[in-house]
Formats: sequence, structure tokens, C-alpha cells
Amino acid sequence: MSLERFLKNAVSSWMSEEGPDSDIVLSSRIRLARNLKEYKFPIIFSRDEAVEIINWARNGLGSESFSDTCSFELLTMNDLKPIEKRVLVEKHLVSPNLAENAPYGAVLLSDNEEISVMINEEDHIRIQCLYPGLQLKEALIMAGKIDDWIEEKGVYAFDEERGYLTSCPTNVGTGLRASVMMHLPGLVLTRQINRIIPAINQLGLVVRGIYGEGSEALGNIFQISNQITLGKSEEDIVEDLLSVVEQIIDRERSAREALVKTSDIQLEDRVFRSYGILSNARVIETKEAAKCLSDLRLGIDLGYIKNISKTILNELMILTQPGFLQQYAGGPLNPDERDIRRAALIRERLILEENRE
Amino acid sequence: MICEQCNERPATLHFTKVVNGEKSEVHLCDTCAQEKGQMSLFNGNAGFSINDLLGGLLNGGTFHHSSHNAVTHREELRCPKCHMIYQQFVEIGRFGCSECYKTFKNHLVPVLKRLHSGNIVHTGKIPKKAGGNISLKKRIEELKQDLKQSIEQEEFERAANIRDEVRALEKEVNNGQEGGGQS
Ligand SMILES: [Zn+2]
Ligand SMILES: [Zn+2]
Repeated sequence: MSLERFLKNAVSSWMSEEGPDSDIVLSSRIRLARNLKEYKFPIIFSRDEAVEIINWARNGLGSESFSDTCSFELLTMNDLKPIEKRVLVEKHLVSPNLAENAPYGAVLLSDNEEISVMINEEDHIRIQCLYPGLQLKEALIMAGKIDDWIEEKGVYAFDEERGYLTSCPTNVGTGLRASVMMHLPGLVLTRQINRIIPAINQLGLVVRGIYGEGSEALGNIFQISNQITLGKSEEDIVEDLLSVVEQIIDRERSAREALVKTSDIQLEDRVFRSYGILSNARVIETKEAAKCLSDLRLGIDLGYIKNISKTILNELMILTQPGFLQQYAGGPLNPDERDIRRAALIRERLILEENRE
Repeated sequence: MICEQCNERPATLHFTKVVNGEKSEVHLCDTCAQEKGQMSLFNGNAGFSINDLLGGLLNGGTFHHSSHNAVTHREELRCPKCHMIYQQFVEIGRFGCSECYKTFKNHLVPVLKRLHSGNIVHTGKIPKKAGGNISLKKRIEELKQDLKQSIEQEEFERAANIRDEVRALEKEVNNGQEGGGQS
């Protein structure tokens, strides 16, 4: 398969399009957790209940369109190959938990992959809207519409006092988890991030590195989300998160300006070295690739590098994960082979950029 | 405050660590924080995830301030629909069904308060079907607040209008209940 065709199939709109403030906010996500009143929750439901719920989803949600421009396809986890499941996880369309531990799990995907509805994960229904850039409000509105549409087909578990009832009490109430993925190289390079993260935590928000294991946030990419789901309206939850995100955006922009002022040539050097590695490496590990991609993206944002799409960081962070590399290779790869494939994919991708227009 | 690790540099990172329900304050300087890998805050698998925190809370909540009798009583409490007992919930941090919220209602209040900054009452979206009259009732409550305010501020004309609206809505709620079963 040619890289261009592979990309066409592999890249979701939230990875390839630019949204508002996309120099810093890579994507915005809204997730709503819902359950059907009559069934036990997935951690202890019976096989029969699980199958009934999947059939309900297939017949009610998978068979008719949500709108003129949007319909869903239902994929059951049992029918997918391990690599296919892995790719869905790497694209953030299903959770690792659904792919690995939910034999009766399924997912409804919209054509553009902006909307996914997980069935039989920890809760019966988890609606997700994933948009490029900072578009939390837009994503909340869309998730709300999908929620209303789904409620027409079933009866939700809802309590006047506690709100939407979820399997885990950390989600009860609104069932809403709002999150943004932010690229914060300026705050990391100026070492401000160490002070900012505890401050954000104190505001009732959660900060996590979403790529990589151990103590590092790979690619300087952080996810910030709300912790509280009960006692605040959906709009207030999103509003409060937004106000913090906007402050972080300001700080990141000032950090970048300060870096350009104080160490222009060093920064430019760093960016071009990373560009050089990405364009020429024959073997590259995830960690190095992430670091270089972050530098390259910063270089694009600061204008050192022109004619390369801004979305390259977002896209290649996703596409150079093991599942995608193996899908592109058409078969299983051991870690050493992956590092070779990863280097090749990045080089080819950059050549596509250079040949653009 | 001085960093508790090196006792040299000023501490710039302050946070509360919860491990198995034990809370401890941690004060570190940037350098030590990085060395110590406290920045594993970034990592969902580290000891700071919501679920671990929850496990800690639930265990703490059960054993701290309950007499022996209360513990025994809790263990016997069993959800009629999914047959889960409270101790199972404490262990896995998940409910078995929506009825569990009613079954364990009394034990749940402190847990919810701690998870949701003191909040225990939902104030967000209300589903059309499952919500029934709730949205109407909430609207009436809001209007009654407005009514009180208008009277206090001597805006009597406005108050009269609000009163009429409240009456109309209350009628709607009552009709709905008489009609019964309609959703
Ligand atoms: Zn120290
Ligand atoms: Zn139950």
C-alpha cells in the first residue's frame, strides 16, 4: 500500500485538520457516560444482557442515520483482529479497556471518526466527540445531540439527586469528562511546567502525559481534564476547564516568545537538528521520534520551518505507534523492526510534505 | 519552606499524596522532584490516578470512623437487583447496577463529597424521558427564587407575572401525574 493511500484511510479529521488555537491545543474531547436502566452494569452483567445491549445498539443506532451527513457503523470487538483493535486505541477512538477486556464490547463510529460511541465498556454507553483544536463547546453541543438521539432509543439510568448513574462514582452526575490535548514545549523548556501542573491539580483538574510510560510526557503533549462530574452543570465544567486552558495558552505563548528572545539561534539549531534526524534517521525509537516531532512542530509554529503542515506532530505521534506501524507493514513487527519502520514512515511522510503543491 | 529531600533549595512543589488511604504532604524543590520521579504525576499508571485515589478513599472511609457494628451492618447490605454487597464495591470501586446508588445511599454521601469537592446533588442536564417532571420542577424552584427576590426588591408587577407562570407550571406537573405513566 502506498503511504498516501494508507494515510487517507488512517487519518481521522481531528488529526489532519487545524482548529482554533491549534498552535497549542491539538484536540478537544468530550465524553459522556450513560447507562441503560434495565441492565446491570458491564462489570457484572450476564452474557445475555451484553448481547441484548449490543443488538439494541446495532438495530437502534447502527441502522439509521443520526443526521443527513452522519451515520454510524457498529464494530464488535470480537470480530476485530488484535492489530485492528490496537489501531482504534491508538487513534483514541476506543479505550484500551474496551479493546482488551470487553469481549462483549462494541463501538459505533461516525464516518469522519469525530464521534464514537463505545458500547459495554465500563458503562453501557460512552459517547465521545473528538475535535481538532480548542473546540470544547462545539464538542459538548455535538455530544449533547448524540445523547438526545440515543435517549430516544432507550431509557437511561438517571436519578433526580445523583444525575446520570455510572458504574464508577467518579463519573456520576453529568458523566462528563472534558479534556484537551496540549503541546507545551515552551513551558517544558523553560521548566515552568513543574510549577504549573500542581497549580492546575489544585483547581480540580487532572494533568497527564498521554503518550509514553514512566515519568515523561512524550512529545511535550499533556492532557488536561476535569475531575469533578457532580454538582456542576456541563456548561460550567467546560467553562471552568476553558478558562484554565486559556491561561495555559497565554503562558505557553509567552514562554515561546521568551525563548525566541533569549536563545533564538540555539532554538533554531535545536529545531533544525530534529528536522535533520527525522528526515534522515534509519532507526528511531518512540521517545526520540516524539522529542524531534515536538521540536519540528515548535519550529513550524515559530516560523523557522515553512511549508510543512502543522498537523504533522498530531498525525505522526499517532501513526508511529506499534499498531499503526504493523498495519502499514501488513504484519507483526518486533520492536527493532518497528524502529526501522517508524524511521521509514517519518521520512516518507516528510517527503510527501516537501513535494506538496 | 525548604525541600524535604535535599534540605537545601526552597520547596516549589507541594502536593498531597494518597496511598492506600494514607494522606501525606510532599514538599520538594524542582530538581529533587524530577529526580524522585514525582513527575510521574504525568503518568496515568502512577500512584495518583483517580482510581487509586478512590480505592484509598473508600477504604479510609470504611475503616476510619465506623464502629464495629457499622462495619458488620455494611457487609450485610446487599443490592436487591445485582446482589452486590458494599464490601465488594469498596474493593473494586465500581457499582453493579443503578439500584446500588439507592441501596448504598447512606454510605455514599461522604464518598461523593470527597470525590466531587463536597457536591452530592446533580445540577446538570436532565434527560427528556428518564427525567420526567424533574426539569419542570427545577424550573419552578428557580422561578420561586426569582419571585422571592422580586418581592424583596418591591418589583410587584414582575412578581405577579412570575407567580402566574409558577401556577401554570404547577398545573402542568399535576396534570402529568394524574395522567400517569406517560413519559
Ligand atoms: Zn531538593
Ligand atoms: Zn446493584
